[in-house]
Order: sequence, then C-alpha cells, then structure tokens
Amino acid sequence: MSGSLIRIKGFSLPLSISSEGSMGKTGSWRTFKPVIDYSKCVSCFMCWLYCPFSVISKSEKGVIIDYEYCKGCGVCSNVCPVKAIVMVPER
Amino acid sequence: MPILPLTGNYAVAWAVKRAKVKVIAAYPITPQTTIVEKLSEMVEKGELSAKMIRVESEHSALAAVYGAAIAGARAFTATSSHGLLYMHEVLWWVAGSRVPLVMAVVTRAIGPPWNIWTDHSDIWGQRDTGWIIAMAEDNQEVFDLTLQAFRITEDDKVNLPMIVGLDAFILSHTTAPVDVLEQEDVDAWLPPRKQLYVIDPNNRFSMGNIATPKDYMMLRYDIEKAMNNAREVIKNIDKEYGKYFGRSYGGLVECYKCSDSKYLIILAGAWAGDAKEAVDRLREEGLPVGVLRIRFIRPFPVQEVLSYCNSMKGVLIMDRSISFGNAGPLFIEVSSTLGNLGKPPAMKGVLAGIGGVDVGYKDISKIMKKFIGEVEEQGWFVKRQEWYMPYEYEFMDIKS
Repeated sequence: MSGSLIRIKGFSLPLSISSEGSMGKTGSWRTFKPVIDYSKCVSCFMCWLYCPFSVISKSEKGVIIDYEYCKGCGVCSNVCPVKAIVMVPER
Repeated sequence: MPILPLTGNYAVAWAVKRAKVKVIAAYPITPQTTIVEKLSEMVEKGELSAKMIRVESEHSALAAVYGAAIAGARAFTATSSHGLLYMHEVLWWVAGSRVPLVMAVVTRAIGPPWNIWTDHSDIWGQRDTGWIIAMAEDNQEVFDLTLQAFRITEDDKVNLPMIVGLDAFILSHTTAPVDVLEQEDVDAWLPPRKQLYVIDPNNRFSMGNIATPKDYMMLRYDIEKAMNNAREVIKNIDKEYGKYFGRSYGGLVECYKCSDSKYLIILAGAWAGDAKEAVDRLREEGLPVGVLRIRFIRPFPVQEVLSYCNSMKGVLIMDRSISFGNAGPLFIEVSSTLGNLGKPPAMKGVLAGIGGVDVGYKDISKIMKKFIGEVEEQGWFVKRQEWYMPYEYEFMDIKS
C-alpha cells in the first residue's frame, strides 16, 4: 500500500486513500480475459457497478475495461444480463 | 419515571429503543433471543424506527451492523455463547476500525456438552479484542449500562465498541422492576451519534487495506490509548447519569461495604447480589467483609483494584469460568494487578457456578468463612485455584 494511514482526532485509523496502480500492474494476474461484444451491450452498467476493482468505466461507446489492472475475475461476465461479456482464456 | 416489570432481555430492548437505534441485526440463540424478538416487535408496531436485518449467522449479524455503523447509523446486535464465538473474528474488525457499536451478550456456557446456563467463558473469551466489556448485576443496571454504552462508545476520546454482559436466566429471563426513563429525558442526555469517520461514496477511501508493520503497531497503540481514555469517560458518564437520572454505580467498580473491611470478595456479574447478601450476614457475625464488584472487565479497573485492596488482609476472587492451565480469568487479572503492591493481601481464586451451577449467599458465606479462617491461621498466602463443587464434593484442589 502506498502512503500511510489516515489520522483523525489523534487516532490512526485503518483507512487509506488508494491511488491507481498502487498494487502494481494487476492485469498480469489474469488467466481469463473479459471481452465485450458491443453489438449485444445495452449499456445497463451492471458490470461497471459490480466490478470489484473499479477497472470498468463509462464512455459514449458504452463500458470500457482497463486491461492494465483487470484481474479477470469474471464478475462482469456473470452479472451481464444480455451475455455481452465472454471470458476468453489468456495465451 | 415509568417503572415497568422487565426481564433483563427486555431491559436491553428498552434501552436500545430509548437510544433510537437505526439498524439491528441478530441471529437467534438462547438465552439472547427475546432481546431481538422484543426489538422486532417494537419495529413492527412502529414504536422504533429501525431497520431489522435478517441474517444467516452471528458472523453475518455483526458484519451487518458493522457496515451500518461505518455508514453512520447507531447500530445494535445481541448474542450469546457459541454465537459470540462465531462472531469473534468480526469483533476484531469492529474494534480495529474504531467504530462505535453496542452489543448485548447474555453470558452462557460453551459446549460440549450443550449447556444453556450462565457461565462467563464466552464473555472472557473476548477480552483481547479491543471491545469495552461491562457486566451488570441486575436488570436496572442492564438498562442503564446499555444506554450509557452509546455515550461511551461514541465519545471523541474513545470510539471503541462495547459489550454489555448479563447473566443467562438469572438476569435475562427474570422479571424485576426497571425504570425505563422518559424518552424526552433520554433525548436531552444522549446527543445524536458521533464517530471519527463515515463512509461516503463521494469521498472515497479504502478501509482495512493491508498496512505496513509500523502502521499496524501504531494502530494497536492508539486502541490502547482509547481504552485508557475510556476509564475517565466511563466514570464521568456514570456520575453525569447519576445527576440526570439519580443512579450512579461507582464507575469501573462498585464497592459494597469496603471502607471498613479487612477481607473482600471480588467478582463480576449477577452473583454480586448474592455476595452482598453474604456480606450482610457475615457482618452480623462480626466479620469485617465487603464486596468489590468489577463492573468493567475492559478497560480493567487497575487503579481501583489497587487502592481498594491496598489495606486488605485478604481478597477472595470468584470466577464463573476457567482459563484451563492457569486459573479463573478474573483471578489472573486481579492477582497480576496486586503484584504492583509492596505488600499485597492474601489471595485465593475460587471457581464456582461454572456451567450454571447454582451459587447463593449461603455458598458464598461458606467459601468466604473458610478463606478468612485460613488467612487467620496461616497468615499470608496465594492460592490460585480451589473448586467449589456441587453435591457432596465441596472444596476440591487440583491434583494430578
């Protein structure tokens, strides 16, 4: 973790401000890659809401996955109501 | 002042209602169940505006109210025995996050074999978690402690969670008159919830993330600092409560006829009432005895124990649970504290009432008279454990 803990009223707390990439390029951990089929995507943003690593962002095109940090957990694929996200094995 | 006939469990529920708790989650376990049953009824009738969360386990119950508390809601849960043991991990998370939260623990034995009666093994098992831990003597004190717990935990200098302990059945299911106070009087005394931080989606930070050993150690130091602060806060709130509502208990301890005593019985929980009864009768026989009731096992009343025991000839410590391989936990606490005195009193740890074995004033009188006789005959000694057994066994020493 980068940076030290937050202190309030004289007490240190188990709180910290996260910064992008503070755990390194976690995209390299991936064994399966989520791939979006934009012809099926309805921009409901369920994947954006559920992504535990906040690597899915909203854009005019729809959602975008940041593969630098996506660990490939598959939650987005699982919650997609129109099955627009497929998990493809990494080679 | 409205006085109602309430069980200890209902006294807890009334205090929670008076504190206007917003979120409650619990999993049923005997003998705690009627606390949350009553609260559920209050919510259903519209007497308490709170969210009742149904969960699948005690681990989840505490996790749910932990989340609610971090989000800024006054929250409450209750449990007992195995339920408390199942929660144990989450207790550390709550205290380590420095979140005010109140929990009632109806003290009950741990299996095997199954046993639903009072025993203090469950509550003592939470000793090192960073929670403030109090033990009540009667149903009125159950109500008062539960209400005070919200003030104590939310104090700027504290910000730690608190357990209010009450003995199974002896308090939890026994009805006694309880002054539940007027709502507007409680509102005037109990300010809205305060806490060090609240999670906010617009001001994001990460919680409980991995920290360096140096940061970790500083967090532990600060929890201890808060525990230490809690000593004064508890005393001040107890005094202030007395001014508002006419009941003060003495802070971290209550001393009953201690000032002119030479011998003290030290114990915590409901059986302190039996010890006081025993003291009254022993005094009629001319014996200089008193009771030092430990109201808070955390923070431990170090100064009080030292000052009250300083001039004593002997102190008898009664435990309703055993730390296998050493002694009763209260004995361990008291004897380690009294080691700070130049001339400590004679000390004996007695294990009694374990697993709900009935102990009344006659038993305590017998135990105390035996102890006084031994000190008068042998002079100073320390005996770490003696078992006061039911049926014909009576006093048993540990022999291998």
